[in-house]
Amino acid sequence: MTKQLHLAAHFPGVNNTTVWADPRSKSQIDFSSFVHLARTAERGLFDFFFLAEGLRLREHKGRIHDLDVVGRPESLTVLSALAAVTEHLGLAATVNATFNEPYELARRLASLDHLSGGRAAWNVVTSFDAFTGENFRRGGYLDRADRYTRAAEFVATARELWDSWTPDGTPRPFAHHGQHFSISGEFTVPRSPQGHPVVIQAGDSGEGREFAASTADIVFTRHGTLEAGQEFYADVKSRLARYGRRPEDLKIMPGVTVVLGDTDAEAQEKAADIRRRQISPQNAIVALEQIWGRDLSAYDPDGPLPDIDPDPDSELVKGRVKVGDPFTVAAKWRALSEAKGLSIRQTVIETSGRQSFIGTPASVADRLTEFVTADAADGFILVPHLTPGGLDDFVDRVVPLLQERGVFRTEYSGPTLRSHLGLPTPVRKG
Amino acid sequence: MPATRPLHLAADIGGPPHYEARHYTALARLAERGTLDFVTLGDSFARPGLDALAVLARVAPATERIGLVPTVTTTHTEPFHVSSAVATLDWVSRGRAGWSPEVSTTEAEAALFGRRPAAPLADLWHEAREVADVAAKLWDSWEDGAEIRDEPTGRFIDRDKLHYVDFEGRTFSVRGPAIVPRPPQGHPVTVIDASAPEPRAAAVRHADVALVRAEDPAAARALREELRDRARAHGRDPERLRVLVSLPVELHTTADAVALAGLIGDWYEQGAAEGFQLRPAEPERDLALLVDGTVPVLQHRGLLRRFYPGATLREHLGLARPVNQYAHAGSPS
Ligand SMILES: Cc1cc2nc3c(=O)[nH]c(=O)nc-3n(C[C@H](O)[C@H](O)[C@H](O)COP(=O)(O)O)c2cc1C
Repeated sequence: MTKQLHLAAHFPGVNNTTVWADPRSKSQIDFSSFVHLARTAERGLFDFFFLAEGLRLREHKGRIHDLDVVGRPESLTVLSALAAVTEHLGLAATVNATFNEPYELARRLASLDHLSGGRAAWNVVTSFDAFTGENFRRGGYLDRADRYTRAAEFVATARELWDSWTPDGTPRPFAHHGQHFSISGEFTVPRSPQGHPVVIQAGDSGEGREFAASTADIVFTRHGTLEAGQEFYADVKSRLARYGRRPEDLKIMPGVTVVLGDTDAEAQEKAADIRRRQISPQNAIVALEQIWGRDLSAYDPDGPLPDIDPDPDSELVKGRVKVGDPFTVAAKWRALSEAKGLSIRQTVIETSGRQSFIGTPASVADRLTEFVTADAADGFILVPHLTPGGLDDFVDRVVPLLQERGVFRTEYSGPTLRSHLGLPTPVRKG
Repeated sequence: MPATRPLHLAADIGGPPHYEARHYTALARLAERGTLDFVTLGDSFARPGLDALAVLARVAPATERIGLVPTVTTTHTEPFHVSSAVATLDWVSRGRAGWSPEVSTTEAEAALFGRRPAAPLADLWHEAREVADVAAKLWDSWEDGAEIRDEPTGRFIDRDKLHYVDFEGRTFSVRGPAIVPRPPQGHPVTVIDASAPEPRAAAVRHADVALVRAEDPAAARALREELRDRARAHGRDPERLRVLVSLPVELHTTADAVALAGLIGDWYEQGAAEGFQLRPAEPERDLALLVDGTVPVLQHRGLLRRFYPGATLREHLGLARPVNQYAHAGSPS
């Protein structure tokens, strides 16, 4: 059979992806918005619904960043509620491994798996900054290397807990004594319908990739172009054998956007308009300040890039993942701006988007299929720019074409997320 | 108590653990058919069972009016996560959430987390009070109307309506603001079992609903007076505290259900409390008899309403939406 692709719906979180000024943009917090997107995704037979996480409001120049959509519910609670209004859709929560404890989180995830009949997934992230830590008992204490050893031990411990009931349904005492956790007792939840909730990893360093290869079922990545995707795909898949795993045991799913039009030209025009609205003049300056680490409010967004150097020790921006060495990024931006004669805002528009599939439904379906058959991805996490109707068109117009091409399911083959992903139930250890 | 005041009824839907949503959904719907104010679901890290808050979040879209009050432990959990989860239960239920703070007292529970040893009850409840305090601050850390979507200036929120809580407790600190906007009820309803002295000290400061256990109406009335006096002493309006007698029930026949209605009516008319939280021995059996036997008798006597006049749990309880503690402080964030 042709390689099948997997699809997930990202509920727009806190980012300038969402064009909140669009009249079709509704609440990012009312439950009805979550129901709308989840039902759309289920109508489109998507594998899962995905929620990101941020545990502290972002700051810019010492004040709360106020330009983008902000304010969101707690993921596991929303997903438990969504389990009531969906039947097949996987329900994936991003939950930090640094500011949680294995016993409690394993219990909450196992509860979601029971309450949804086997549809829970956990995206393990590892924020580490003292900034986020200020909201927690733990504080901000983990350096870069330690947060992955903690995350890996966290997942391993959760798996021990998920395995701890006997097949006849009684709790069996567990004891885990490791570098980060020393815990013992009895778990309160029987083995869940999926055995273990599906584990997703998002993070791109060597440590992150190794962590994914050793333990994750899905990798959420930003590598969206065909070439970068193929390189990432080959690298991560090649790491699996070391852990006794097969390439198909780990699905690679980049986060991407889709813009549809009746003609390719119309879609391109729409996409350019969306990018302009995502990067307002104010947002362009903020994006620049995030790289430069300096107050650049005096600069004209329609003028040229600043000729001063970035401040590498800047504390200007808080709560965002850094995108690389600021000098390298600044140099790249300058070169681009000079070569193409771009203003600040145009440069930000040109450099900041993620991979986009832009075109008619047919050309988008072809490109998605090409990415998957060429091993640049196993599927996609679609990030809409509108809440909550941003995937309506995709489901109505692209999904049927993917089905016609034989690369996407025409019905759910089983009830659990693992069954959608073609992943086996984990073998019970111990 | 003036007789015109509505009687409040709640039921616990715990009992032996179940691991399927269907079971709890059916019980909550049954309680809703009886127009009860809310259901409670106990929880602990120490015995088999699903996370109670997750269960009631799962129940929320399958019900329309009934209040949903899970037990939430404050000892080994993160106050920031706890406040976010309770606020989210309020969002997904459109204003029907409550929470019942509890503590974990045993070494066995401490060993599940491995972070600190078990502590004396007084310390744990001191911490639970701090958690209730910081939760309320976090719920207020977004003023109503903080989301402005102001196109001309490009601002999605008015950051002057967002507040750092800068809470320093004995065992934790929280900077804030919340990541969840202020929930529909302002503050979800805080329900505290005030039977023992330590949680009682928390109830008189933080509870919207205090549960008491008593042998007879006179004892219940005395407890109610004590709670109201102490709430007043903490600068609270005692009219904003609902005291419910927590009663274990075991119903086998319709005659039992009618007898229960008689007892509830008598206690209520003697001013024992504003209502009752019933704790069925077998929720499926007892709740059905309660809804089809006890409730109609109380309605017939004019003590219990026949429909929900409002939509939120606060409305069922006749409790106002709390004023935001930051809204008039005038201090920009
Ligand atoms: C596609 C993607 C999505 C992510 N989503 C989140 C998120 O929702 N919340 C969060 O705290 N971190 C998120 N992260 C951050 C990662 O967990 C991690 O902290 C970061 O990528 C740095 O790790 P690395 O050096 O291995 O890349 C995400 C990372 C990637 C690549």
